[in-house]
Amino acid sequence: MSIIPKDFSGYIAVVKEDCATCRLIESILADLRPLRVYSQDNPDFPSGLDHVIDDSQLEASWRLGIEIVPTLIRMQAGDEMERLTGWRRGDWRRLTARPALGAGLPEFSPGCGSKSLDPGMPEKLAYRYGDTPLQARRIEVAALEDEYELAFARGWSDGLPVVPPTEERVLRMLEGTSRAADEILGIIPPNQGACTVEKAAINAVMAGCKPEYLPVVLAAVEAACLDAFCMHGLLATTYFSGPIVIVNGPIVDRIGMNWGTNALGQGNRANSTIGRALQLVIRNVGGGRPGGVDRAALGQPGKVGFCFPEREHDSCWESLAVERGFSADESTVTLFAGGGVYAVADQKSRSPESLTRSLALTLRTVVHSKLAPAADAMLIIAPEHLRIFRQAKWTKARFREELNQHLTFRGQDILRGADGIDEGVPAKYAEATLNKFRPGGLLIVHTGGSAGLWSAVIGGWPASGIKGSSPVTVAVKS
Amino acid sequence: MSVLLDPTGELQPLSRDRRARLSSLDGKTVALLDISKPGGDIFLDHLDRKLKGMGIRVRRYRKPTFTRIAPADLKHRIVTECDAVIEALAD
Repeated sequence: MSIIPKDFSGYIAVVKEDCATCRLIESILADLRPLRVYSQDNPDFPSGLDHVIDDSQLEASWRLGIEIVPTLIRMQAGDEMERLTGWRRGDWRRLTARPALGAGLPEFSPGCGSKSLDPGMPEKLAYRYGDTPLQARRIEVAALEDEYELAFARGWSDGLPVVPPTEERVLRMLEGTSRAADEILGIIPPNQGACTVEKAAINAVMAGCKPEYLPVVLAAVEAACLDAFCMHGLLATTYFSGPIVIVNGPIVDRIGMNWGTNALGQGNRANSTIGRALQLVIRNVGGGRPGGVDRAALGQPGKVGFCFPEREHDSCWESLAVERGFSADESTVTLFAGGGVYAVADQKSRSPESLTRSLALTLRTVVHSKLAPAADAMLIIAPEHLRIFRQAKWTKARFREELNQHLTFRGQDILRGADGIDEGVPAKYAEATLNKFRPGGLLIVHTGGSAGLWSAVIGGWPASGIKGSSPVTVAVKS
Repeated sequence: MSVLLDPTGELQPLSRDRRARLSSLDGKTVALLDISKPGGDIFLDHLDRKLKGMGIRVRRYRKPTFTRIAPADLKHRIVTECDAVIEALAD
């Protein structure tokens, strides 16, 4: 703490003129000796003192950890013995051993917030004076250069504006996790470089995340780096799929995610930015860009970022995370390699049997109606459809069992050439019974608004399972 | 002037010169690499016959899956056993 003389004994006062209590005690500071006064906003304040130290850069305030002005600190041979904040006459008299100090002043007056705690200032000061954990290369933006345009020009953007990743913003983002900035989350494809917490935080800033979302982003990046998820092939495919992030557990409500109306759509910051952060990590840290290693023929809008939470609080079925072996009070992220959303509209079914057949009809079309097994899939049940199963007391396990019965094909019905369509399964399956999904290849999630007899199917990547991508779930670490 | 943090991987890959192209396949061994995509075997079988018909040695290799990068030991085997490689990429 070089700004405070080593071995200093005496009083340190930190003040600002803009504070009524600081002005109140202005007249009594001259009575304290030896005294060092640091002024945050005006070096001519307080008046009547031989020397006031200009702390408009707030270095001393930051180093001393000042939260309230005035702060009075008694120092002994360089060590802090005690500090007072605001004005309380009895305390100041005791600390200074001056029984008549401030005789004409009121007994108590609260202090004001230190300028070092102004919005955004702690991060700025931490970067300016602290031991920054940030290792990333610095890129200077010239005075006449637009930092938003710079991000586009350097290829950092997915096509939408990104929040410029300043040091202050990234430091603030890192406040969202207790994990070290240099911790490696995994090896991110396609360039196979290490992705650190810091790099993920930079991209989370760019995506528009708030610091409290960062643990979810970090978990999503960790999951994407798992071999079982096969992010490299998923990126490189000509198919539609990309990583879809499903969030479970208490963190959903803690960070204000939307599991209600328009849960899969726009309008909620956490839903919209967490998935985008993962895609920006893949783009920027991994080097995966459309037209480069990303060879999608058409792609789909969800590749900007696709993240939503499960609606757990009023579900009668165990959640996706619980089905996958986690406890209900644990926060998790599940990644699914999926494409766009297609609707299942059924406003007439009132029995679980009818609705199950109805849902199966759409699930049979995943990838192609004549392919089985085709790809993994995710069935999203909205609340009004779930109500029908709840009323009939169907468990999730019962539903899965009944659904499976409607998801088998006779090979001869879907052979190549059958129905005048060349696509289909090879002739060797003519006598076989084929299941639409491999074991474990159908995820079922409950989410959405409470009105609407709809559900949704998200088809997976044809390279599902061991040859390609399997869904992965990881715990969110704080 | 503001300062931004680089969001990229900041990788600095080593730059290596390409091997000189072979002027002829006479006396050389050609690797035929199947990445396990449907149809790759049809294409490579055809090349296999053609190359052998020209008196060229052929060795066949196969990636476990097209969705992941080739394992290091497979790449090493191809490099040490062959002079050239032809990879069947798509369906």
